[in-house]
Amino acid sequence: MLPPVFGVLFDGIAYGMLLFLLSVGLSVTLGLMNFVNLAHCAFAMVGGYAAVLLMRDFGWPFFGTLPIAFCAAAAVSIVFERVLYRPLYRRSDLDQVLLTVGIAFVSVAAAAYFFGTQLQPIELPNYMHGSYHVMGLDIAVYRLFLVAVGAVITILLVGAIELTRFGAQVRAAVDNQRMASGLGINVERTFAITFALGSGLAGLGGALAIEIVGLDPNFAFTYLIYVLIVVAVGGLGSIAGSLAAAVLIGVSDIAGKYYMPELGAFLIYLVMLSVLMWRPAGLLGRR
Amino acid sequence: MSAPALSTRQLSKSFGSLVVARDIALELPVGARYALVGPNGAGKTTLINLMTGILTPNAGQIFLGENDITDLAPEQRVRRGLARTFQINTLFAGLNALEAVTLVVCERRGLSREFWRNVAAHKEAIDEAHDILVKLRLGEACYQATRELPYGRQRLLEIALALATRPKVLLLDEPAAGVPPEESGDIFEVVAGLSADLALLFIEHDMHVVFRFATQIIVMVGGAVFAEGSPAEIAAHPGVREVYLGTRQHA
Amino acid sequence: MPVMAQIGAAPVSYLKAQTRWGAIETLFWLATLLPFYFLPDYLQLASQIAITALFALSLDLILGYAGIVSLGHAAFFGTGAYAAGLFSKFVWGEPLTGLIVGAIVTALVGYAISFIIARFRHFALIMLTLGIGLLLGAAANSASWLTGGSDGLQGVNIWPLLGRFKWDLYGYTAYGYSLVVLFVLFLFARRVIHSPFGLALRGIRENALRMAAIGAPSRAHIRTVYTISAALAGAAGALIAQTTQTVALDSLGFERSAEVLIMVVLGGPGRLYGGLVGALVFMTARDQFSGIEPQYWYFWIGLLLVAVVMFLPNGILGGLSRFLAHWRAK
Repeated sequence: MLPPVFGVLFDGIAYGMLLFLLSVGLSVTLGLMNFVNLAHCAFAMVGGYAAVLLMRDFGWPFFGTLPIAFCAAAAVSIVFERVLYRPLYRRSDLDQVLLTVGIAFVSVAAAAYFFGTQLQPIELPNYMHGSYHVMGLDIAVYRLFLVAVGAVITILLVGAIELTRFGAQVRAAVDNQRMASGLGINVERTFAITFALGSGLAGLGGALAIEIVGLDPNFAFTYLIYVLIVVAVGGLGSIAGSLAAAVLIGVSDIAGKYYMPELGAFLIYLVMLSVLMWRPAGLLGRR
Repeated sequence: MSAPALSTRQLSKSFGSLVVARDIALELPVGARYALVGPNGAGKTTLINLMTGILTPNAGQIFLGENDITDLAPEQRVRRGLARTFQINTLFAGLNALEAVTLVVCERRGLSREFWRNVAAHKEAIDEAHDILVKLRLGEACYQATRELPYGRQRLLEIALALATRPKVLLLDEPAAGVPPEESGDIFEVVAGLSADLALLFIEHDMHVVFRFATQIIVMVGGAVFAEGSPAEIAAHPGVREVYLGTRQHA
Repeated sequence: MPVMAQIGAAPVSYLKAQTRWGAIETLFWLATLLPFYFLPDYLQLASQIAITALFALSLDLILGYAGIVSLGHAAFFGTGAYAAGLFSKFVWGEPLTGLIVGAIVTALVGYAISFIIARFRHFALIMLTLGIGLLLGAAANSASWLTGGSDGLQGVNIWPLLGRFKWDLYGYTAYGYSLVVLFVLFLFARRVIHSPFGLALRGIRENALRMAAIGAPSRAHIRTVYTISAALAGAAGALIAQTTQTVALDSLGFERSAEVLIMVVLGGPGRLYGGLVGALVFMTARDQFSGIEPQYWYFWIGLLLVAVVMFLPNGILGGLSRFLAHWRAK
């Protein structure tokens, strides 16, 4: 019989996996191009609402919507990157913050207009419901699924980054942009592809989030805060950092709310501030 | 024998396995007109970054006069009299030349902490700034925003900003870089006209200029000092010819 | 406003001319008196606008002049508000002392935080300001025994101003008080901007690397301006507590931080009047459109932000001065 703390730990890890999916794209693109994209969770929302639309109006099964959520978010992000983001790569932090916050605001309004302001209901397949009873703990099936997805994606990402030529180009560009382009790497194209992939992952996260935390138009900002904290703590440009930070934040948040509800949101802010003051580039950051 | 204006001992720096500075020992006497030359990637700008404190060495020491400045922050070194210019213009784009140099003069005089008096009340500082600008042939353009100045003038402003700190040692990183040949003469005349008390070390690629203005040449290759001597010695040095000057060279 | 310089103009008089009171400036301040006579129904709103303008001015000092992007500036606004509110509740209700207390308490908090802020730049700095703002907001929420939590601070009791002016329902006293405080602190900020210190701030904003290369103690400068900015924001917060006789949690919230940032950017950062103009435009618009659904508001604000960044990067005042420069050149 395991004490309840392990249950809390497991829930935290599952939540952390979700945060990882939502954050890894932003971490890598920030490390790559130093472009502050605060519309990142708006792209996640695109994935979530795409999944809702397919399930509600077209009767698609849940699993089928996941790849579409990924592609929809990636596609939307490509359009924005081409049209609005590219002219701003050399502009100040402030300009990038304002542009992307503006886009996020518009997305919130659009989501409210098309889907209404309520939380979106979702129908999971039957075998996704309920929980396993393992060693005295209730392990929710869906949370287990999240952990599995997170693990698979992590393996794929690390494999891509370490073993493929494209991954090597990304790593080079994160390390030293000027030198990378001097070596013939098309940094802007590398960034565009990475950006699309990262936004796609966020879209996947958005779809997966519906069951765990709910999807409403405010998602773009509510989870942006968490994502920013994960990226700041984990470090810019680091997949491993994002994973570690996401799990850390996920566990801290769940544990904090379970054991010290009065302190609630405090804990993760304190974690972030402490880490940043000790390591401004994040735990495993490269800049 | 008084201490040299600037000296380094065993100065070394590496990034992982990449060695960018190897046991560098040099001495810059008061009033020096030294040139630092070498192929691209030899570590010349790196050496300046080490001397000014932007990079921290792995080993070695730096002395300004008799004082060990190895552990001092960049701002502190400037206040002790070590100034530099940058190879790529590092200017206050939105300020005009007068404001920029006045800013430096006010900082030096400790006036920048005052937030209750108008800048215009500090007549001496402003006049000093204006005099520096006039000496550097920027007097007429001093009200124009820096970003609107022609490139050659901007390079002169780089030097003006450094001079306004009243340095004892001035490190110039390719002062005429990117300036069309008609205007680069201006820049080096200004440099030649600088005070005889000032110790000068300048990085330069144009060997005409080097042989004309330098009293001593330091050649760097691969992060280390390869050769050092008077212009005649360097011109005759067989190794230098091979490594750097190539077959079409000076005599 | 920039002054055309003749060749040969003495440098000292050129710099002095830069800082002289212009006709437009005088007209602007005279115009602030108009609501008393022509818009008496809007005096409460005018009071809110004056207070928010002061808050925006405080942000402009660090954003437009020192280049610090802060996503948590409402932390100081709220601190000043709660400080003044609690002061009136537990000590005494005289407004001017309450105002000073609010400003000083906030200045001290700002000074403490400035040691952290001055050490960082770019993303880490933005996240630190955000985190500190959120932390203080969460703290105020948790300490509901002190702050009243989501019900707001109760028991704020402000005595009549100078012993004579009662807080009338129309808002004559509120607007008069807010306007005078705004003007006095504006004069102070104006002095700071035109001082050698102000020049140093602009240097930090323009090129931090160059500032180090000229021996400037940039961190000390940043700490100073951050403290001054906190004091002004705290004063604004104190004003809102005193004129509305309550303090709500949203005075510390992220939304307020985001809004004031939008106002400064809308008006044009680094031009002294940008925050004032931005606050005026933003709050008037919000009042006019207060009937519409929140999502429409978000839509238009979002679009406005995108438009400002793409087409009007120096805000309204920047656009105006570019327009005037074109027009003069004709």
